[in-house]
Amino acid sequence: MKRGIAIATAALASLLSAAIPASAERLVTSISRHQVLVTSSFTGTAIVLFGTIEPDTPASRRRASGYDLTVTVLGPKQTVMTRKKERLLGIWTNTDSRTFVNVPSYLAALSTRPIELFATADMIRQMQLGLDSFLLPQQIGADVGDPGPADPFRTNFVRLKTAHRLYSQKTNGVTLLTPTVFRTEITLPAEAPIGSYEVDVRVFTDRLNVARGNSAFEIVKVGFEQFVATAARDYGFFYGIAAAMMAMFTGWFASVVFRRD
Amino acid sequence: MQIYLPIADIPVDMFLVLGMGLAVGFISGMFGIGGGFLMTPLLIFIGISPAVAVASVASHIAASSCSGVLTYWRRRAVDLALGMMLLAGGILGTAVGVWLFTTLRALGQLDITIGVSYVVLLSTVGGLMINESIRAILREQQGKPMTLRRGGAHTWVHGLPLKMRFKRSKIYVSAIPVWTIGFIIGFVGAVMGIGGGFLLVPMLIYFLHVPTATVIGTSMVLTLITMASATVMHATTNHLVDAVLALILMVGGVIGAQFGARAGQNMRGERLRLLLGLLVLAVGLRFAYQLVVQPGDLYSIRQIGAE
Repeated sequence: MKRGIAIATAALASLLSAAIPASAERLVTSISRHQVLVTSSFTGTAIVLFGTIEPDTPASRRRASGYDLTVTVLGPKQTVMTRKKERLLGIWTNTDSRTFVNVPSYLAALSTRPIELFATADMIRQMQLGLDSFLLPQQIGADVGDPGPADPFRTNFVRLKTAHRLYSQKTNGVTLLTPTVFRTEITLPAEAPIGSYEVDVRVFTDRLNVARGNSAFEIVKVGFEQFVATAARDYGFFYGIAAAMMAMFTGWFASVVFRRD
Repeated sequence: MQIYLPIADIPVDMFLVLGMGLAVGFISGMFGIGGGFLMTPLLIFIGISPAVAVASVASHIAASSCSGVLTYWRRRAVDLALGMMLLAGGILGTAVGVWLFTTLRALGQLDITIGVSYVVLLSTVGGLMINESIRAILREQQGKPMTLRRGGAHTWVHGLPLKMRFKRSKIYVSAIPVWTIGFIIGFVGAVMGIGGGFLLVPMLIYFLHVPTATVIGTSMVLTLITMASATVMHATTNHLVDAVLALILMVGGVIGAQFGARAGQNMRGERLRLLLGLLVLAVGLRFAYQLVVQPGDLYSIRQIGAE
């Protein structure tokens, strides 16, 4: 009876997700922290994701080749203006610009090996595996689209995001501890924005995506940092008054402390 | 010691920022200026976005000028009436400046505007100060007596209507140039993140013939009020005032200013003006260099919205 339910579940799962074959393995993941707290001493951190691949069906137990994984971490969406400087009348000034609409503020593409060694070109494109295949839609006139990895604005956008360690690709970022147990480290720089992050894990074998799982974590400001940021955003006027009062108090205090007459 | 700035959203070395506050405070105390024209570029240099730098420096200048105002007030060296008249123009100038700041930021031309304004303003003012102080030094070395400003000397400024008497400064001038000067100072302060003390003091001396006894104290009153209101306006419209950054700068600034003031008292006026002129010119040229030389990175990114 239990076996019957398992088969029914597997059949339902295969109906829901046609990309994953019926002979799927089960993926179990665990993340070291679900919440990253930003305090005054925050200078970035790392989160560890562990997981196991459980071959569930007789067919999957007989697989000759090992497993490969991709882990994609996506930060909160943002709209970003990318500007290009050109020399105009002898001075360097912003001329051309493109807007990237609802792109992830943080993007980490981690895998066990270079992706093309275990996934087909079609899969890489459809599943947006790796930095180059990830769709970064730009506002071009009235349309929104990604002109592809050769586009200079896209290249430079990714380069600048990478320089701030907000975008990254590591083809050795996922380690298989045993043929079925893996570990990966998600590094978050201090600039990683506040919000919820999604983690998407895919398992590949024989050039097939046999399992998929997800996890999530969030970065939140706490205590004083959160108080200041919220106050500045929601009560700008009172925040400004408080800042001005603080300035005058500091000035008054100094004039009293250092008074010489 | 790294500390995370809640509005700038980056960690900075607290002692580095404190040190910058001390150094700029020293200079500001020595020359009797706010020092915003030095502080804003320094903050941009350590990676704080120009918009946050300009907005936060406003509150830093408010603190250092507040300390100065109280000191001068005790010496009865503040012309409050003149300060209030300048302020009438200053508030309007600040409002127009904050509006322009917001507009330019939306257009992506804020950095270039700040850059060009710094070059034009600092090079001109620096050049004029150097010229004037070198002449004074040469005159002194040749043994010629200082050409003192004649008491009744009139310029076209004195021909304007709406005349007012400012008792403490012992001047009788039209309100129009007073308002105009206030407007200019408020405007450049809001757009460029500078208090404008290094502009205001010479303007008050050359155009309005305000005596040296009250000029610095009065200038500081205006700086205090325009910078305090610029802080409130920047916080309300752009939400960019980083209180943590501002507090570290303030503490360093007010301490540095005390030592700077003592150092300044041991120097001759024209030497002091020459040094300040050189400093102002150097900052101006630094900005010119940045604009003319091809930048290391032609591309820049800035978040304009979140989901």
